[in-house]
Amino acid sequence: MKPDKLSSIPKLSLGPIQYYWDRKTVIAFYKRIANSKIDIVYLGETVCSKRRLLRRDDWIDIANQLQQAGKEVVLSSMTLIEASSDLSALKTLCNDNSFMIEANDMAAVQQLSGRSFITGPSVNIYNSRSLQLLAKKGLKRWVLPVELSKFTLAEMQKEKPVHIQTEVLVYGRLPLAYSARCFTARAHNLPKDDCQYRCLDYPDGLMLATQEKEKFLILNGIQTQSVKTNNLISDLKELLTLQVDVLRISPPSTHCEKIIDIFYQCLHFEYSVDMANTELQSIMPPGGSCNGYWNDRNGMDWISASRDASAY
Amino acid sequence: MNYVSKQNIDKKMQLVCPAGNLPALKIAVDNGADAVYIGFKDDTNARHFAGLNFNEKRTREGINYAHSKGARVFLAINTYPQDSGWSRWQHAVDLAAKLNIDALIAADIGVLDYAATRWPDLRLHLSVQGSATNAESIRFYYENFSIQRVVLPRVLSLKQVKQVSESSPVPLEVFGFGSLCVMVEGRCLLSSYVTGQSPNTYGACSPASAVKWQDTNTGLQTRLNTVLIDKYKANEPAAYPTLCKGRFEVEHNTFYAIEEPTSLNTIALLPELQAMGIAAIKIEGRQRSPAYVKQVTQVWRAALDVCHDDSKNFQPKKEWLQTLHSVSEGRSTTLGAYHRPWQ
Repeated sequence: MKPDKLSSIPKLSLGPIQYYWDRKTVIAFYKRIANSKIDIVYLGETVCSKRRLLRRDDWIDIANQLQQAGKEVVLSSMTLIEASSDLSALKTLCNDNSFMIEANDMAAVQQLSGRSFITGPSVNIYNSRSLQLLAKKGLKRWVLPVELSKFTLAEMQKEKPVHIQTEVLVYGRLPLAYSARCFTARAHNLPKDDCQYRCLDYPDGLMLATQEKEKFLILNGIQTQSVKTNNLISDLKELLTLQVDVLRISPPSTHCEKIIDIFYQCLHFEYSVDMANTELQSIMPPGGSCNGYWNDRNGMDWISASRDASAY
Repeated sequence: MNYVSKQNIDKKMQLVCPAGNLPALKIAVDNGADAVYIGFKDDTNARHFAGLNFNEKRTREGINYAHSKGARVFLAINTYPQDSGWSRWQHAVDLAAKLNIDALIAADIGVLDYAATRWPDLRLHLSVQGSATNAESIRFYYENFSIQRVVLPRVLSLKQVKQVSESSPVPLEVFGFGSLCVMVEGRCLLSSYVTGQSPNTYGACSPASAVKWQDTNTGLQTRLNTVLIDKYKANEPAAYPTLCKGRFEVEHNTFYAIEEPTSLNTIALLPELQAMGIAAIKIEGRQRSPAYVKQVTQVWRAALDVCHDDSKNFQPKKEWLQTLHSVSEGRSTTLGAYHRPWQ
């Protein structure tokens, strides 16, 4: 790609880890991320409040290390807040002004109103009026909800307050649903209250297939993800044209630094998007790519036509 | 902060029933619904199905009929508009206000903001699609839009409902009976992942236009577009292929990996819900027939009356349960998330 065409190059962010990795793995992972080309790192457990191998102090340590390495650090809040204990944890998180917070539920938005905050993909901002309302509350950056298309984004970019930044998930499995029920525990015939932390056995989630063996969804505790990796590498030109400020990568358990590097190369150097895509496909988790939501189609579809439009 | 819910404890829980058309609305009112909820004939509501719902004339007739019998009518405008369709949602809100609807049930913060600003006297309820599962989230909607009631998502345990009821600034409405969403409403995109249409964007889950029923040598197969949702042996009853209620394979086991085809039924919990000061019980099923509305309304009217008169000795009657089972999805019912082991 040709940087001289661009008014400004978007930053790259790393979303919060969606799975349950053991403590050592997480700490080692972020040590490597500190040396990567990523600009912004979102930290913390957003899926299940029972995943506590890393405590608040551990996350703050990691946050400080990443900040010292020059990264912008954001602490992400839980997505589904049900119990009083979830709410207390949220209040503790939001009462600390040391780091920017990503709100993943309206409870966090309520807590953060009046100071700067970011909304994650599970806060439903589907139209300009919603965006403008939250801008008045202190919203600094929002992540496009994953089922919205480039056409909707284009309309919202025209109307959005100037100081608001836009972030789009460009690589990673799509978070599709949240439940009270733990599907990983269910698959093991275990009750949620005695799940035996089976998520630890699945660093990229537990595969669900149809009865025709078609890989379909990923069970990740109370979260359900797409098996296909949302991959907008071929849509980079559109993302730049739409002046998206931040491109988010959702971390898989392997090859994460390589993925960051591929996006970085495409944004900053003469690097063919076709070659980048071939490289990404070779290290992608099982299931392949999709970019249907971005192209206003079924989320699971892969639209290769948009690749031609952005290959330059 | 919980003065409203406490005040509510001495009041009788209200019965809120679904209506997909005028005959269903009249039947709900005639059989004891305190309120009936409806939607307009487009994607502004979460039961956007062909042949269902109300135009302006029918809405007016429905409101007149309900009011003449002392019942109220709520209108759901509870999907999430995008800018290209915004005027349709705005028009729907304006029409609802002009028709003097008793309450507007909405989810999107843009729609709520518009309604609260343009029609300050219009009573607002937060839809289940608003995904408010805790008191702090409810407080956001209360402080910003003066909502007067919240419909809770079907993901909380009974203990959690109690916690929310104790700290919510507004009274709560909970689901009592009907089709069960396993996922938090307003945050489930499974349907659009496969079909391009979700409850949020289009007002339908696993829409009929994407459904395929295929007879094969080995039996009936159901699909959403190309994705196999379930297959059935010769004498096995087939269910509508709602995406989360199919049989799938996980680690070589084939089972209902997400949820069985079953309906929520909380009738046994009525005394506890009443003691918490829950304002209203909601019955799901605007897409169901007037016959369903009649049967379910009759049962729940009777149950609420019995529970109100003597909650200590309340026992669901056998004939109530039989009736509810007969109209349930998969002919079975569950307490769902209210019952912790389900989770």
